[in-house]
Amino acid sequence: MTGTDTDTGATGTTADEAQTATDGGTVEGDPDVEVGENVDGAQIESNPVDRRRRIERIGVALVGLLAAGMVVFIALDWLRRYPYADASPLLETLYTATGIDPAAGVAFDQFLIAGAWLDYFLGTEVFRYAFMWRSIATGVLIGVVAPLVGTYLVHRQMALIGETLAHTAFAGVAIGLLFNAATGWEGSLLIVALLVSIVGALAVQWLTERTRTFGDVPIAIMLSGSFAVATLLISWGRGSMSIAVDIEGFLFGSLSVVTAGGARLMALLSVAVVAIVALTYKQLLFITFDEQAARVARLNVTAYNTLLIVMTAVVVVGAMQVLGVILVAGMLVIPVAAASQIARSFRETLYLSVLFGQASILGGFTFAISQSLPSGGSIIVVAIAIYLIAVALSGRSGTAISVH
Amino acid sequence: MSIVTPVVDVRNVSFAYGDSLALDDVSLTVEQGDFLGLVGPNGSGKTTLLHVMLGLLSPDSGSVELFGQPVSEFEAGERIGYVSQKATDRGGTMPVTVRECVRMGRFAHVGHGRLTDDDRRIADEALETVGIGDIADQQMNQLSGGQRQRAYIARALASEADLLALDEPTVGVDAESRDEFYRLLEALNQSGITIILIEHDIGVVTDRANRIACINTELYHHGDTESFVESEALSEAYGKTGEVVHHHH
Repeated sequence: MTGTDTDTGATGTTADEAQTATDGGTVEGDPDVEVGENVDGAQIESNPVDRRRRIERIGVALVGLLAAGMVVFIALDWLRRYPYADASPLLETLYTATGIDPAAGVAFDQFLIAGAWLDYFLGTEVFRYAFMWRSIATGVLIGVVAPLVGTYLVHRQMALIGETLAHTAFAGVAIGLLFNAATGWEGSLLIVALLVSIVGALAVQWLTERTRTFGDVPIAIMLSGSFAVATLLISWGRGSMSIAVDIEGFLFGSLSVVTAGGARLMALLSVAVVAIVALTYKQLLFITFDEQAARVARLNVTAYNTLLIVMTAVVVVGAMQVLGVILVAGMLVIPVAAASQIARSFRETLYLSVLFGQASILGGFTFAISQSLPSGGSIIVVAIAIYLIAVALSGRSGTAISVH
Repeated sequence: MSIVTPVVDVRNVSFAYGDSLALDDVSLTVEQGDFLGLVGPNGSGKTTLLHVMLGLLSPDSGSVELFGQPVSEFEAGERIGYVSQKATDRGGTMPVTVRECVRMGRFAHVGHGRLTDDDRRIADEALETVGIGDIADQQMNQLSGGQRQRAYIARALASEADLLALDEPTVGVDAESRDEFYRLLEALNQSGITIILIEHDIGVVTDRANRIACINTELYHHGDTESFVESEALSEAYGKTGEVVHHHH
């Protein structure tokens, strides 16, 4: 993964990568090459099907562009401070030589000026602030990666995993708080949450492979167990040391909780997740659809399962900032549920999940900002509204199919 | 034909789930071009034996070779097409089209790369071969049982498998589609594909298969179909479920 070696021209690289990776959904096989005959047999219908496909593709491309733009923003936000320039004179020369030195800062300012104009036209007071853009950028990226990973999770009937890993991540936040309070270290709580969540993911994986109970029992144990540990740690920490962190922000999500570091983490995670899904789309599809046949075809099912669950942990931690521990799983599940209602193929499910996810994020943000309400709840409520519309629509197309 | 490596070579395999023995010292060989019917009463270890053959389970003792290679080292997954008993479960809820399902047969060939036009063409040809080209864009969960099993066969064909392993593929499929399905298997077998079929309906197996393996934890019969029909293996295997019978061939 690039994105860490962001010294020179990193903005370009990261953005391009995100872009190609997002389009990576298109990677294999253009289904429309051989669309021709329509399922329902009626030729009259073949036009709307093509149009629907085109609209979906344009939508996904737009989401990809938006996400790439947000990654660029986050990268500019980072570069304009010339990271590590003080420590390394070489980097400093590099920044000057490549023109990043003034350019990143100038571009970032332009971004905020454009935001101010947007505020002017919308009559809002939102888009001129960098911290709002960080939240929005993080949200947009959540809207891409959460449904992407969620599509596989939901159809593997592992929807509860997201919730579990969020609780584990919360335990991670608690551990991070204590660690910081005890050592005076000022590292990011999210990094600790990420590590703990990944360990939790591997533990869930290990448990489900080794216990004979039905798959979701160890998951449920893990879910309440890690939350129990988190509450104990936090109460104990509050009693014995002075910890001043917005626990509610982590629980319910908040627009103001996203730091520059948190947004950066989300950008890196998103690029990685999108690239990995683009690369392993086929394998993940096969093990999701027919795990035993995938084993017989000598796919390393255990490795792909581990990959999927670790990606989930990663996405959950990134998404926790905006959505909160309690609501984060909704973003993995609800857009996918809506998409599965009306999609006609797995690829379409993936596309629609991302589109619905993004619509939930943007709609939720609009609602939250305009009403001064928490972002997490707003996003989930919008997602559920989309889901209900999808259910209503699928009822109609369902009869159409059965008529045929 | 005697020099050709067997497709599957099972030697003295035993397997137990905890304390209950599922396979006891089973040895059998599947030769290239065989149509092997694997029969036995419920809970007799048929599926376990098939899983051991395919490397889904590793035996407690004994050895298994696939295409001349120890099964644990066997990597050429595309050579095996597998239709599991449970294959229909997930297809029931997940929106996957027939074409998407059949293309999975090409996944073992391309790894992390992209499917090429050739891959797509081979998948489409497989759809035509099993006669479901016209429903390629339908979802798997909208198909009848018989159509769905054909889609799985097409996936195996797309994979260009030499060995087709099927675990009770026609459960819940109506009689007419079942006959058609077995005619298809027969045709595939004649085109050179080795078939291992688990089937509870003995009549169907003896009609189609040229070899029969009858097991109930132990192997009661392994040989051509005619000798099986004449032998006592069937009544022995079915009649004495659970009892230890010393019967050697």
